[in-house]
Amino acid sequence: MLPFKIGDRTFESRLFLGTGKFGSNKQMEEAILASGSELVTVALKRIDLETETDAILAHLKHPKINLLPNTSGARNAKEAIFAAQLAREALETNWLKLEIHPDPKYLMPDAIETLKATEALAKMGFIVLPYIHADPVLCKRLEDAGTSAVMPLGSPIGSNKGLKTIDFLEIIIEQSRVPVIIDAGIGSPSDAAKAMELGADAVLVNTAIAVAGNPILMAKAFREAVIAGRKAFEAKIAQQHNRAMASSPLTAFLYE
Amino acid sequence: MNTFKSVFDNYDWDTIQSKIYQTTPKDVERALAKNKRNLDDFLVFISPAAQPYLEQMAQQAHELTQKRFGKTIQMYAPLYLSNECQNICTYCGFSLDNKIKRKTLTENEITLEIEVLKKARFDHVLLVTGEANHTVNIHYFLKTIAQIKNNFSTISAEVQPLSTEEYEQLHNAGIYSILVYQETYHRDVYKQYHTKGKKSNFDFRLETPDRVGTAGIHKIGLGVLLGLEDWRTDSFFNALHLDYLQKTYWQTKYAVSFPRLRPAEGVIDPNFIMDDTDLTQLICAYRLWNEDLEISLSTRENEKFRDNIIPIAITSMSAGSKTNPGGYVVDSQSLEQFEISDERSASEIAQVISSKGYEPVWKDWDRSYTKID
Repeated sequence: MLPFKIGDRTFESRLFLGTGKFGSNKQMEEAILASGSELVTVALKRIDLETETDAILAHLKHPKINLLPNTSGARNAKEAIFAAQLAREALETNWLKLEIHPDPKYLMPDAIETLKATEALAKMGFIVLPYIHADPVLCKRLEDAGTSAVMPLGSPIGSNKGLKTIDFLEIIIEQSRVPVIIDAGIGSPSDAAKAMELGADAVLVNTAIAVAGNPILMAKAFREAVIAGRKAFEAKIAQQHNRAMASSPLTAFLYE
Repeated sequence: MNTFKSVFDNYDWDTIQSKIYQTTPKDVERALAKNKRNLDDFLVFISPAAQPYLEQMAQQAHELTQKRFGKTIQMYAPLYLSNECQNICTYCGFSLDNKIKRKTLTENEITLEIEVLKKARFDHVLLVTGEANHTVNIHYFLKTIAQIKNNFSTISAEVQPLSTEEYEQLHNAGIYSILVYQETYHRDVYKQYHTKGKKSNFDFRLETPDRVGTAGIHKIGLGVLLGLEDWRTDSFFNALHLDYLQKTYWQTKYAVSFPRLRPAEGVIDPNFIMDDTDLTQLICAYRLWNEDLEISLSTRENEKFRDNIIPIAITSMSAGSKTNPGGYVVDSQSLEQFEISDERSASEIAQVISSKGYEPVWKDWDRSYTKID
């Protein structure tokens, strides 16, 4: 399986994890380790930046695990940029998952503010991974603005509905010059495998693992599904056929 | 300004009430089978007809809550700043006509009180007062917020209704959420319980969440005082209010609480009894209707109920609460607003939450998001 890069960092695992919604920090840690993930996102608002011993961060201290702070809670570009600077200072990373959802109901990403913030943050040297709608034009605009990857949603965040935006994801993957990470809505390992088969560079999963009956076992299942899907993509999937191949092709007469 | 009043005035209490009581089992089954639900479904779920379906409702509520909020419970503690009050509310311990010693915490006293809360790990504090505009007003609030804002990531307030400009000042000062309960949406009954003071103005209170929303406050909490009137009808109007607000101030989060009338000194007994089955039904109904609504349960409720409701639909809990100003350390004998029922400490509650497979969350907000200039 080919490794892939975001910015100048190479990843073996194409499964990224969220850290919310777990029943305990210990369970979160075990699930992350079981998933083999090398990049986990953590909400700035959940972390106590003033103590050295934040309970969440204490459970994420592993050599292979990189932190991806996110700006969940920001309602506009200004708030997100401010939060990003704090995160960079406190967590000593210039990586950032940019989340701007002014709507607390469905947590729909604000395209306009996200584009604005990406442009500013990229100029400030951040590795920006913006959470967005599966909007192919927006993805190209973000590339122009200096984004390091795009994170289009598969379906509403936390909905576990899978790849409802599949037609747009295919266009995004086809056109993108930066890594495409399918971010929200992935509900089961088969969704993740499907995303990888489409050619997505990675997937980010949270609710489907955290809320599963056995989060650790589910993390393993996702790990395997992502590997399987990626291998299938690299192996070049055989084309689908809607009907059996005709035994007497229309052109047989040419060779008679 | 267009407010909830323009929506509210189109509804009639008796019509809604009879609609609730005429709901049939078929209506309940139809609503249970739906994926997307609206207020009509909420009305069905709070009806007597839905009560035999309570286990099914609870199962669905459990799944929806976990999907949205995960296995987490947010922790907060109230800090009663004052029991001074110019209102007469016949159910409340702070009522003006209740001859008790009045107290408003000074800066030093607040320092002592919050030390106790910080030791108990709290990072979300809910400031509570009566209504005494001469002494406990916007200046007092701003001073208090400035004093404590480095101690808590989240500061909420449950104080007298204020003006839009005052809410803007609170927002800029770092207040995250405002709780304001209508108590009852029955206009005439409201008058009977709120006989004197600014609070007797039903419409001014009804339009308060609009002012909070206009000011850009991050979260608004609503509720009715369960026991004043028929809880089913009152809760429908509370949901109607939430529905309106959620569509109007769409960048704001919403929460609902369930204050059930509890005994307090010199106050009346509840007129309408709401038992534990009713309260469970109401909590489930809110969740089945509104997946993203935060649902809070205070220490008014007893241990058994609190422990068992955790996995159903609750998203935040208070613990170790004192409902009197200075109650944590300064003056533990001052008069309380109501008697609490669950007297366990914050760490005991956190242990209960963990034992249910849930993570007690102490911090879920960062001051850096609150108003940046």
